[in-house]
Amino acid sequence: MFSPTIIIEAMINGLLTGAIYALVALGLTLVYGVLHIINFAHGATLAAAMFAVWGLNAAFGIDPYWAILIVTPVFFVLGYGVQRFVIGPAAHGDDGNILLITLGLSILIENALLAGFGSDTRSIPSDFSFSVVEAGPFLLSSARLVGAAGSLIVAVLFWLLMSRTDTGKAIRAVAREKLGANLVGINVGHIYAITFGLGCAALAVAASLLMPTFYVNPRIGGAFVNIAFTVVVLGGMGSIPGAMAGGLIIGMVESLSGLLLGESLGQIGIFIIFILVLLLRPTGLFGAKA
Amino acid sequence: MIGRGYLPIILVTLVIALTPLVISSNSFFNFTVLVLIIALAAQGWNLLGGIGGQTSFGHAMFFGIGAYTASILQTHLGVNAWISLVAAIAAGALAGLIVGFLSFRAGLRGSYFALVTLAFAELLRVLANASELTGGAAGLLLKLDPGFANMQFSSRPTFMLLALAFVFVSLVITQKIVNSRFGAHLVAVRENEDAAKALGVDVLTVKLKAISLSGAMTAAAGVLYVQYFLYIDSGIAFGIWISIEALLAPMIGGRGMVLGPLIGAFTLHGLGEVTKSFAGRVPGIDLMVFAVVLIVVIAFASSGILGLIRKLADRFSSKGGA
Amino acid sequence: MLQVRNATMRFGGLVAVNNASLDVKEGSITGLIGPNGAGKTTLFAVIAGFLKPTEGAISLYGKDITAEQPHKRAVSGIARTFQIVQPFAGLNVHENITVGAYLRHARPSDAVEKAREVAHQVGLEKDLEKSAASLTVAGRKRLELARALATEPKILLLDEVLAGLNPSEIRDIIPVIRSIRDSGVTILMIEHVMQAVMNLCEHVYVLAQGKMIAEGTPAAVCNDPAVIEAYLGKGSAERIARQSAENTGGPNA
Repeated sequence: MFSPTIIIEAMINGLLTGAIYALVALGLTLVYGVLHIINFAHGATLAAAMFAVWGLNAAFGIDPYWAILIVTPVFFVLGYGVQRFVIGPAAHGDDGNILLITLGLSILIENALLAGFGSDTRSIPSDFSFSVVEAGPFLLSSARLVGAAGSLIVAVLFWLLMSRTDTGKAIRAVAREKLGANLVGINVGHIYAITFGLGCAALAVAASLLMPTFYVNPRIGGAFVNIAFTVVVLGGMGSIPGAMAGGLIIGMVESLSGLLLGESLGQIGIFIIFILVLLLRPTGLFGAKA
Repeated sequence: MIGRGYLPIILVTLVIALTPLVISSNSFFNFTVLVLIIALAAQGWNLLGGIGGQTSFGHAMFFGIGAYTASILQTHLGVNAWISLVAAIAAGALAGLIVGFLSFRAGLRGSYFALVTLAFAELLRVLANASELTGGAAGLLLKLDPGFANMQFSSRPTFMLLALAFVFVSLVITQKIVNSRFGAHLVAVRENEDAAKALGVDVLTVKLKAISLSGAMTAAAGVLYVQYFLYIDSGIAFGIWISIEALLAPMIGGRGMVLGPLIGAFTLHGLGEVTKSFAGRVPGIDLMVFAVVLIVVIAFASSGILGLIRKLADRFSSKGGA
Repeated sequence: MLQVRNATMRFGGLVAVNNASLDVKEGSITGLIGPNGAGKTTLFAVIAGFLKPTEGAISLYGKDITAEQPHKRAVSGIARTFQIVQPFAGLNVHENITVGAYLRHARPSDAVEKAREVAHQVGLEKDLEKSAASLTVAGRKRLELARALATEPKILLLDEVLAGLNPSEIRDIIPVIRSIRDSGVTILMIEHVMQAVMNLCEHVYVLAQGKMIAEGTPAAVCNDPAVIEAYLGKGSAERIARQSAENTGGPNA
C-alpha cells in the first residue's frame, strides 16, 4: 500500500515531532513529579507562549529562535509567580482544588488570548519554514530538525540542572519528601514555584521551536495538552526520561496512524493509548510500580 | 408533611415556574432554558463529583451520548421522542457504568480519574465527528414539528416549564439520595475510602451506582438540548464546554449541595450576561469571568454560594441565640 | 471465634508478618503487643481484609474469610479502628457514626437513632453536632471507636486507641472498653500502654519482627525472657534476672 520510503519518512517525521511533544510534556511531568499535581493550564500556557513568540516577530521582527532568549525567562518568572501567589495560596493544600484552579487558569488564559487576538490562526511566514534537508532518499524539514535538536538540548540541560546543581538537589528532595525537605531548611513553597517556573520555561522554548513550522490560535493548547497528557502518562507521571521516550513514541504513533487512517481518525490512536495506559498501567511504561 | 430538604426545592421551582406570569421576554426564556439544561447536566456532575468526590472533567460524554441517542433514534429510526428520551437516559446510565467499571476497578482517583473521563469525552468527540451515524462534522438536524408527541414546543415558556420539570425531578432525586443510606455511603467514600470500607461500605458498588445515576441525569440534559435547539454536532455534544459548565455550576453554587448546581448555573450565566452587556462583543469575556469566579470561590469559599449563605446564617443565628 | 493460621505478609523482600497465628476467644479482651515495627498493624490489616496475606488463612467462627473484601468482613462482624484516626473530616460526629450504623439499619431514622445510642455509650453525646475535624485527640479516638461500634460487630479490632492520650483520658476510656466487652463484643487490641494491657486483657500475644514469640496471661508474658529481649535487646533478660536476684539476696548472694 505504501512504499517503505514513505513509511520510514513518516516514522522519521514522527520522531522529529515527537521530540517537540517530549519537550512540551517535560514541564508537565516535572511539575507532576515534584508538586504531585496535574497542571491543566499547561496547554493554554503553551498557546500563550506561542502568541508571545508570534507577537515578538510581528511587532519587532524578532526571529522565533532568538525569541527563546526573551520568552524563556519571562515565562519562568510568570510560572513562578502564578504558583507562588495564586495556585499555592488558593489551593489550601488540597489536590482536588489545585486541579480545579489550573482548569480555571486554563479557561482564563485561553479566553484572554481569544479576547486579545481573536480566533484567527497566525503563523510566522519565512523561507526557513519550507527549507528541507535531503538525507538519502528522504526529505526532512530543516525547522523540524532544529526543533528536535533543540528539544534534546533542553532535555540534557534539565538533566544537568536536576543532577548537578543545588537547586536540582533541592527539587529532588522536595519531590521525594516534602516534610523532610522542609525540616532541613528547604523553602518548599519557593521550590514548588521554581519547579512550576521551569515547567513554563520549557514551554516557552517549545513555543519558539514550534513557531517556524506551526500556527497558533487561542485553542491550539487543547490539541497539545491531550498529547502531552498522553506522553506523560505513557512515560510514567513524573519521569523525565519517560517523557522523552513517551514523546518519541507518541510522535511516531500519530504520524503512522495519520498516514494509515487519515488525519481526523489519527487522533483516536492517541486517545486509545491514553485510556489503555491509564486503565491498565497507570504508572506508565517506565514508571515504578505503585 | 414534607420531608427534610424538600421545602427549598419546591420554593425555588415555584418561583421559576411562575416567571411566565410576569415576564414575557423571549430572551429571558432562552436564557432560562439554557441555564436549566446546564443545571440538569451539572446535577449529574454534582452527584458524582460533589457528593461522591469523584471529579470528572468529561461529563460531556454523558451529555453527548444523551443528545446523540435521542437524535439518532428520531432521525434514523423514526422513534417517538419520549421513547427516545428513555433510551437516551438508559444509554447515559450504561455509559456511566462502563466508564466507572473500567476506571474505578483500575483504582483511578483524583487527577487520574479526571484525566480518563476527559479522554473518554474527547475520544467520543473525534468518533462522532468522523462517523456517518452521527452525521459527521455536519451534525444532525431534528425535523421541526412542534407538538407534545415530538417533545417540541413552539412556545418558549412551555419548553421552559418542561426543562424545569426535569430539573425538579433531578432535585428531588438528589435530595432523596442525600437523605438515604446510599447518600451517606457516597459521602463517606468522598471523605475517606479506607474508613468507609472498614464500616462495611462496598466502595466500588457505591461509586458505580453514583456514576450511572450521574450519567443518566446528564444524558437527560443532552436530550433537552437537542429537543430545544433541534441540532447537534460533535463539538456541542462532546465538547469540553459542557464538561466545564457541568463542573463550574456546582463548584460555584455549592458542591455536594442539592441546590448548588441550579444556584451556580443561574449565578454564572447571570454574571455572564451582565459582563457581556458591559464588555460588549469581546469574545470569551464571560468565560474569563467564570474562571476568575471559580478560582476566587476555591480560594475563599470552597463550599460555594450556598456554603457561604449557610455560614452567615449560622453566625447570625448563634449571635441571635447568645 | 477468630483464628489466624500461619499468616505471612510479604512486601517485596520485606517480611512484615512471618507465619503468625492467633486465636481470639469469644467474649474475651485479647491483647496484641510488641515493639515498634513488629508488624502488629499489618496483621490487623490482614485480619480486616485491607491486605491479602501472602500465605495463611483467617477464619471467623470456623468459616474461612481469607478471600473476603473488607466491607464483606464488616458485614460478617469484624470492625476495626485505625491507628492514625480516619474521621470523615467534612461531617459532624453524629453523621460520622451514622455511616457505621447504616451497616445494620437501612432506614435513616433507625441508623440515626442507633448512632445516638452508640455516641452515648462512648461518651460523645455532647459532641454530636461538632465537626469531626474540630475534635481533640481523645475525642477523635472515641469517634473512631464509636463508628466501629455502630456497625454492631462481633469482634472489634482496636489499633492503639489509647496512644496519644494523657493518663486521665486513659483512665476515662478504659471502663468504656470494658463495657463494650460486657455488652457482648469480643475485643482484640493492639496496645503500647502496658497499664491498660495489664488491666484489660485476659490473654496477650506478643509479636516481634513479624513472628509470634509468646502468648499467655499478661503477667506471664511480661516475665517471659523472649519478650523482655524483644523489647530491650539481646542478653537483657539474663541481666535483669541477675540484677533482681542480687537485689533480693537470692541463692548466689
